[in-house]
Amino acid sequence: MISGEIALYLFMLAAFTGHEIISRVPVILHTPLMSGSNFVHGIVLVGAMIALGEATTPVQQVIGFIGVFLGAGNAAGGYVVTERMLEMFKSSKKEGAK
Amino acid sequence: MDKATLLHYLVQASYFAAAVLFILGIKRMSSPVTARSGIQWAGIGMLVATVATFFHGNIANVLLMVLAIGISTVFAWVSGKKVAMTDMPQMVALYNGMGGGSAAAIGAAALIGASTGTGLHVLSKAQIALAVIGALIGSISFTGSLIAFAKLQGWMDKTFRFSGQQLVNGLFFLSALGLGLSLVFQLNTSVVIGFFAVSLLFGVLMTLPIGGADMPVVISLYNAFTGLAVAFEGYVQGNVALIIAGTVVGAAGTLLTRLMAKAMNRSISNVLFSNFGGGGGGSTEIAGSQKAVEASDAASMLYMAEKVIIVPGYGMAVAQAQHKIWELSQQLIKRDKQVKFAIHPVAGRMPGHMNVLLAEAGVPYDLIADMEDINPEFSTCDVAIVIGANDVVNPVAKTDKSSPIYGMPILDVINARQVIVIKRGKGAGFAGIENALFYAENCRMLYADGQEAANRLIAELKAIDSGGGH
Repeated sequence: MISGEIALYLFMLAAFTGHEIISRVPVILHTPLMSGSNFVHGIVLVGAMIALGEATTPVQQVIGFIGVFLGAGNAAGGYVVTERMLEMFKSSKKEGAK
Repeated sequence: MDKATLLHYLVQASYFAAAVLFILGIKRMSSPVTARSGIQWAGIGMLVATVATFFHGNIANVLLMVLAIGISTVFAWVSGKKVAMTDMPQMVALYNGMGGGSAAAIGAAALIGASTGTGLHVLSKAQIALAVIGALIGSISFTGSLIAFAKLQGWMDKTFRFSGQQLVNGLFFLSALGLGLSLVFQLNTSVVIGFFAVSLLFGVLMTLPIGGADMPVVISLYNAFTGLAVAFEGYVQGNVALIIAGTVVGAAGTLLTRLMAKAMNRSISNVLFSNFGGGGGGSTEIAGSQKAVEASDAASMLYMAEKVIIVPGYGMAVAQAQHKIWELSQQLIKRDKQVKFAIHPVAGRMPGHMNVLLAEAGVPYDLIADMEDINPEFSTCDVAIVIGANDVVNPVAKTDKSSPIYGMPILDVINARQVIVIKRGKGAGFAGIENALFYAENCRMLYADGQEAANRLIAELKAIDSGGGH
């Protein structure tokens, strides 16, 4: 288990990191980046898997199942959509249209 | 070291690796050159963490787990592959909502487990409080995003308002908060159920009155919400991967939301608690008339020009004209004209959405310029073509204090020597405001559908080449 102090430091450092890595982003990448960060919080799948994995009653199993189902959709959908967007970004300096 | 301990360390190491890959991935996504590898790095991180979780201590219900992941992944993969680029914002909303719902489910499992005494872990008061906060934010993001999805998909009327709505919403929020707070002191299963019902309902009520134009800001906000909800539930489970990834997304998403709101000249509270475009009648009448132009004359204007700036708006994407416009641009480039695309921060439905649509049509990203970079260039440009954009080029935003869009940053198209506006017909823009640009001395209106107009311009340019012109 993570102690309260460590948790606060973790929160502060991660929040700072999130702010830093996005503050130098050109506008053209805002939509893919929103979509990409949407994919990254798909990590919730792992938490939901643990919740389902530790479920002992039918009620918990149902809740866990819903959680895993929704989390997997977040991760898979977020990835596909972001990939598709970024795939299209090309520079004219390399070869032009396909 | 026994096998179980070794496995524990391996799982923890995979979570750590995933967190590092996520941060590096988002970092790489912040430049167009490395962006594609960025999402792939993050993808590897996700895969590693997911596989490792099957080896997490005392995991049961593996069959159910595989089933849930299988069905959902197939559904999301197929829908994500099939969706048209113009519909991308609502898909992001949908997947984001699913993430929020998943975080809320983790909170529900923990709270129900603790209140019925069937959970494997005993929760401290701090953990209960975090589970409650995460569940509240996750629930709002879940139902709120679903409403945003339904609205953008056109399944639902744009707005839903009644008098005293703010008060009702406020009461719902306070009761969700109150029920959640009581859980910290006294766990009770029926209170847990009530808390979730009220929280989910609040997400719906909060999103219903918000209009379609403001949806991008709302989706971005819910994206940040989901990140935070994931982080809070990560604290409940003591899972570092959830904490780091969730917090990073929460912080990045909050910043992105602020940038978007700023680009639209709106504050976040304004978006959430007031109605847009309600009283648009106060603007001043504009003197003069709109001057129409034929495609042949417009083409000779382009033929004579040295520098052309194209200003696309969402209307172009709706007309599916981006491929034709790129074809027209290539014709101009072939004739040694300098062509650039000027993008307003809120062109399209999300910041950067227009860039994605242009990229899909094959426009190289180095021809596309942001508002700050392109605005000084309009005065040196011979012809500016406005297609499907309206409010974002309206000079009224700078001159008329009574206008609802006063103060909104705009593209200074009016400074160009000549302006061609491609538009279906007369009529005001999305916010119902007359556009002073259309009445300006240097502006000509080419009334046509976007695709058709581009086609005719291409044909006329070729005709001039073969001597068929003036």
